[in-house]
Amino acid sequence: MTDMLEPRAMGRDRVRHDARAKVTGAALYAGDHAVERPVHLHVLQASIGRGRVTSIDASEASALDGVLTVLTHENAPQLSNADDAELFILQSPAVAFRGQIIGAVLAETPEVARQAAGSVRVAYDVEAHDVDLRADRDDLYAPEEVNAGYATDTDDGDVDAAYDAAPRRVDQSYRTPLEVNNPMEPHATTATWSEDGLTLHDSTQGVHSVRATIAPLFGLDEDQVRVVAPHVGGGFGSKGTAHAHIALAAMAAKVSDGRPVKLAVTRQQMFSLVGHRTATIQRVRLAADEAGHLTAVAHEVVEHTSRIKEYAEQTTVPTRSIYATPNRRTSHRLAPLDVPVPSWMRAPGECPGNFGPEVAIDELAEVCGLDPIELRVRNETDVDAATGLPFSSRTLVECFDIGALRFGWSDRPTVPGSRVVDGWRVGLGVATSTYPVHTMPGSVAKVRSEGEGHYAVHIGAVDIGTGTWTALAQIAADALDVAVECIDLEIGDTSLPYATVAGGSSGIRSWGSAIVEAARRLRSEHGDHPPEGANGESEAADNPDTEQYAMRAFGAQFAEVQVHCDTGEIRVPRMLGVFAVGRIVNPRTARSQLVGGMTMGLSMALHEQAFLDRATGHIVNHDLAEYHIAAHADVADIEAIWVDEEDPHLNPMGTKGIGEIGIVGAAAAIANAAHAATGTRVRELPLTADRYLP
Amino acid sequence: MHADIEIEVDGEVRSTTVDTRTTLLDALRDRLGVTAPKKGCDHGQCGACTVLLHGRRVLSCLTLAVAHDGAVVTTAAGVAVGDALHPVQEAFVDHDGFQCGFCTPGQICSAIAMLEEAAAGHPSHVTDDLVAPVTLDDDEIRERMSGNLCRCGAYVNILAAVRSAAGT
Repeated sequence: MTDMLEPRAMGRDRVRHDARAKVTGAALYAGDHAVERPVHLHVLQASIGRGRVTSIDASEASALDGVLTVLTHENAPQLSNADDAELFILQSPAVAFRGQIIGAVLAETPEVARQAAGSVRVAYDVEAHDVDLRADRDDLYAPEEVNAGYATDTDDGDVDAAYDAAPRRVDQSYRTPLEVNNPMEPHATTATWSEDGLTLHDSTQGVHSVRATIAPLFGLDEDQVRVVAPHVGGGFGSKGTAHAHIALAAMAAKVSDGRPVKLAVTRQQMFSLVGHRTATIQRVRLAADEAGHLTAVAHEVVEHTSRIKEYAEQTTVPTRSIYATPNRRTSHRLAPLDVPVPSWMRAPGECPGNFGPEVAIDELAEVCGLDPIELRVRNETDVDAATGLPFSSRTLVECFDIGALRFGWSDRPTVPGSRVVDGWRVGLGVATSTYPVHTMPGSVAKVRSEGEGHYAVHIGAVDIGTGTWTALAQIAADALDVAVECIDLEIGDTSLPYATVAGGSSGIRSWGSAIVEAARRLRSEHGDHPPEGANGESEAADNPDTEQYAMRAFGAQFAEVQVHCDTGEIRVPRMLGVFAVGRIVNPRTARSQLVGGMTMGLSMALHEQAFLDRATGHIVNHDLAEYHIAAHADVADIEAIWVDEEDPHLNPMGTKGIGEIGIVGAAAAIANAAHAATGTRVRELPLTADRYLP
Repeated sequence: MHADIEIEVDGEVRSTTVDTRTTLLDALRDRLGVTAPKKGCDHGQCGACTVLLHGRRVLSCLTLAVAHDGAVVTTAAGVAVGDALHPVQEAFVDHDGFQCGFCTPGQICSAIAMLEEAAAGHPSHVTDDLVAPVTLDDDEIRERMSGNLCRCGAYVNILAAVRSAAGT
């Protein structure tokens, strides 16, 4: 049991701390910081899918007025650490994927840098590349573990025997495409070397994690690298780990005699340089008795990794926890391909790994003749099968009950394709959402009394649009028993105490717990009215309950879908998410974040798909005109609400994390609604019009 | 090739020398240090660079600075009057019409100009009656704001903000 913080500021609507700065354009993002005499860098990318650079002719480029240097593997500074092949750029002529960094032009202006980049002539020794993800490849392999440290495979009970014996069964294959995070702010870094070391203004989800990654590449101690990120224009995982462009900017700055180097990754370059969500092929087998109780679940996934750096999306992990069943098998197999390096994208594993099983559950409900909500309720569990531990809280059924009432679930047409309104087929669908409560230890907060009841709160956290500036001030206010206005929060800089990454929906939980403990330390050492200058500094308190309970957030997603009878055009006029996510710190920003996740889920359902061209190894639709994300006209009525969930086992604030659960389940709910509308079962995202043509 | 230009930006006349290939966006950001307009795609696909040019919304990444000598440019930094936010900015704050804020300066400029376009009777793709005065219902607002992408998914709140600023 943790020592719970009494909520006073927490739980109340509060306007974003940075609202005024953002609506006036005053908030400074990575590329906005003014620097003296910047050098502008333009990236050179490989135009083959695999092979070696045999020569780079930069004579024409170098002769251009304003070109300072053309960096290639032949003249780039040596990097000190080869552990991460994604970051170990310009150290050899090898090309591992199309779009990989093979050089850079440094120039006085961005126009000249770009022009010069276009005139660099590169010759290659081309090798055959392979970007073809298929489930029947003969080189699939089992990684040692999958992302976030989960086991690659699980096998409990006897799945095959239970499946063979079951009266109700589903055995289908589902596919999710390669998706690209595409935060609105392209990745940008301004790098400056001085006698003291390296300073990076970077667009990142974790200033300290960038420092920890970049410092050893250049043989520096961590305290010789400073990373600054007061405002970040979204990340959704792609800014959660340092990618190669940061190393390139630092490398370029090293040869620029102390001048700052500005690198703005272009939208097109982002498709190959800053990570993506791997495509997945998911075989799902469900078996149930006559009453719909699951007797076996198998979820077997094939997905790709890059050949040079393994990333194993934890796609079947949610299947290990979501429903009760005595027999369960899950597995991940990787196809090593000549693709850009995949990485985190909002709810890695949990999001694509929800799609297959949650559509399969809808199919099983049809096979069993059951309401899909009732089927889910019949397979509820208080125990997390993955760990054998009881859930600290699991309020999923209440979410479905509330949502069903509010969404008009009982009025839905139960025969697929039976309701037509003004030329549109109409249907409703549901799916379960779930996202784990990740623990990321190590964050440190420092609280200092400024006198007259005011406090400075320092932690190297970042706000990527999540509302960190606001929510942490609310938590600090409650921890110090003062008004939020009395808190002077500083975040977004490695000169502040260490903070873990804004990822895994763990930010507020990790950073807030440290702030609460630092405040408690200040009070215990200096009393209720600490003198000006008194400090408290601490990590989060240990929470023994993490060993006793499984911790997950849950939710129920509802969608209404219209499919045009003649054209197959698909629209989503209504979505509702009901979530059980512990305590909400700021209802205003929380609703925005949950609705935002659902909106990205709608985008995943209807639009998003990056096409890897087999012939060239290229992501051919590498811009926002061709890689479609939801635009305003695609989004109608989306609402998110939550149940009051008091869970004393989590942390002093009672929060579970809300950054990712909104996207989980949204695509399955929409796919299930589209089936209800049309009777056509589409098992592959995105749900494009051609699949529903009559 | 370079050219000297003079642009009024957010009420202040500014002079600079630009490469004739420099976009208005890059001139504002790199030459004049005006960083309210953002570069989200550099290809006119996202709307983050939207500014008001002589009061009308334009994608500043798709137009060359040299073509706008003598122009009057207003960014999201220039629409407030003193300390008082523009009513559209106020509405975005009230309705939490953003998260990361990167698309916001473009959304603000776009919304301000869009309200004037509607008031002037300009039809959109979803306008049924091309002659009658425009009624800014939700579908009209969504359509007219669709040139400004938001990856955080703040559309529902942007709609509420614009609806409130439009007084509908």
